[in-house]
Amino acid sequence: MVAQIIVITSGKGGVGKTTSSASFATGLAMRGFKTVVIDFDVGLRNLDLVMGCERRVVYDLINVIHGEANLQQALIKDKRVDNLFILAASQTRDKDALTQEGVERVLQELQRDFDYIVCDSPAGIERGAIMALYFADTAVVVTNPEVSSVRDSDRILGLLSSKSKRAESKQEPIREYLLVTRYSPARVARGEMLSVNDVVDILHIPLLGVIPESQAVLNASNNGIPVSLEKESDAGQAYLDVVARFLGENRPHRFITENKKGIFGRLFGWTNREKLEDVV
Amino acid sequence: MNDTKANLKAFQLKGSVLTLTVLELLKADMPAIRSQFLSLVKQTPDLFRGMPVVLELKKIQTATTPLDFEVIFALLREHGLVPVGVRGGNPEQQAAVNLLGLPLLASTRGEKTEKVDLPASPSTGEEPILRKVSSKLVTQQVRSGQQIYAKGGDLVILNSVSPGAEVLADGNIHVYGALRGRALAGVNGDRDARIFCQKIDAELVSIAGHYWVNEDLSSMPEGQTIQIYLDQDRLHMGTF
Repeated sequence: MVAQIIVITSGKGGVGKTTSSASFATGLAMRGFKTVVIDFDVGLRNLDLVMGCERRVVYDLINVIHGEANLQQALIKDKRVDNLFILAASQTRDKDALTQEGVERVLQELQRDFDYIVCDSPAGIERGAIMALYFADTAVVVTNPEVSSVRDSDRILGLLSSKSKRAESKQEPIREYLLVTRYSPARVARGEMLSVNDVVDILHIPLLGVIPESQAVLNASNNGIPVSLEKESDAGQAYLDVVARFLGENRPHRFITENKKGIFGRLFGWTNREKLEDVV
Repeated sequence: MNDTKANLKAFQLKGSVLTLTVLELLKADMPAIRSQFLSLVKQTPDLFRGMPVVLELKKIQTATTPLDFEVIFALLREHGLVPVGVRGGNPEQQAAVNLLGLPLLASTRGEKTEKVDLPASPSTGEEPILRKVSSKLVTQQVRSGQQIYAKGGDLVILNSVSPGAEVLADGNIHVYGALRGRALAGVNGDRDARIFCQKIDAELVSIAGHYWVNEDLSSMPEGQTIQIYLDQDRLHMGTF
């Protein structure tokens, strides 16, 4: 069986594509699937940092495309998770170095050895983003709950259904999933954010998961650890849920309503009631 | 008031579009034309009284037998019809018509042809010609950045129109979902064009150049079909 190609895309920058690519690929590998995650953000590479392998990059995707290195030399094996490999982007080149034939050749070669190929798309709708989504079988559209991100995701969905290989060759269309990230139920309740229902209503594609806005994501990124390895954190659990749903498991959505009051909240609530009774 | 100046004018010139009955000749065969015409008139003698009619020669412009147009016009006038002009035909036919003092009318582009329903016309053996209506059907959601134009007809969308998307039609626009982008109906000036949708939060709606932006839209009850139409140079929105 040839590997499934998954593009993590969004249109807008800074919504969590790279974090999601790293966590999603790591989650798949933790489930025992041989997985490679590729950074398509040529010139602005970040995935190696989030994956914590930036000091081990020798050859990159562009080197392989241009025949300056073979895949075995360029693939970086993750030290924490078996079956997980990273293919870094080039920092010194730009997106024009991505040729369609070159990308196709690299993906075809990877498809023989891997179960899943996760493509971390750059922001925008230009060459880099188009190359990342062109050969995809599945797209995970990463969206923040705010109008500009939703509109850009919608634009990307339009491109998936018109500019991809599957669209151009009139094959079965790309499977599209929605991943809502940086979600804060409290801010939704205050009307400062779109609710997940609003986002689903507009984009109208199946919801793969909701990742809560979390300090754990920032900490993990800074330390070069995919957040799905932080199994205790809310974001880590949310990503593991996402992987499980992607693999066909039925898991209820979490982190979309405001948390029950923690121990402090309950304490304060209690104290307040005491006070109230005092007054009465 | 400027009565004196207005009273000086005895007439004014205006452009206008009229609907006329077209008598389309299919054969350059005078006896056949006469017999079909007479049998038609016999059934409904009053229908044609005073009716202006245009003679269409397109189908007989390759005919080799010459037609005597004077005889045809005389036949029409005899039964109350008023020939007002001729359309199509080859140069010989047009020259013959010209001699009779009738104008040659231009074949208009994108003309609307309505078949006049004549009661029980005796079978001519001709199949009715089905006119292909040029409406455009879209089944997928229209996404941000996409633009769809139905030229010369209606646009039917069996899905939603996203914010940042634009749909245009020379005719009506039907959206069987939510309209959240821009919708422009009657872009060629058709003031009778309308926009229909199931839910509205459009960025812009326009009919024949009269437009509303989102903040001009009033809120509409859910679960009912909404229409936007033009009446006396003002847009109106309502359910039905």
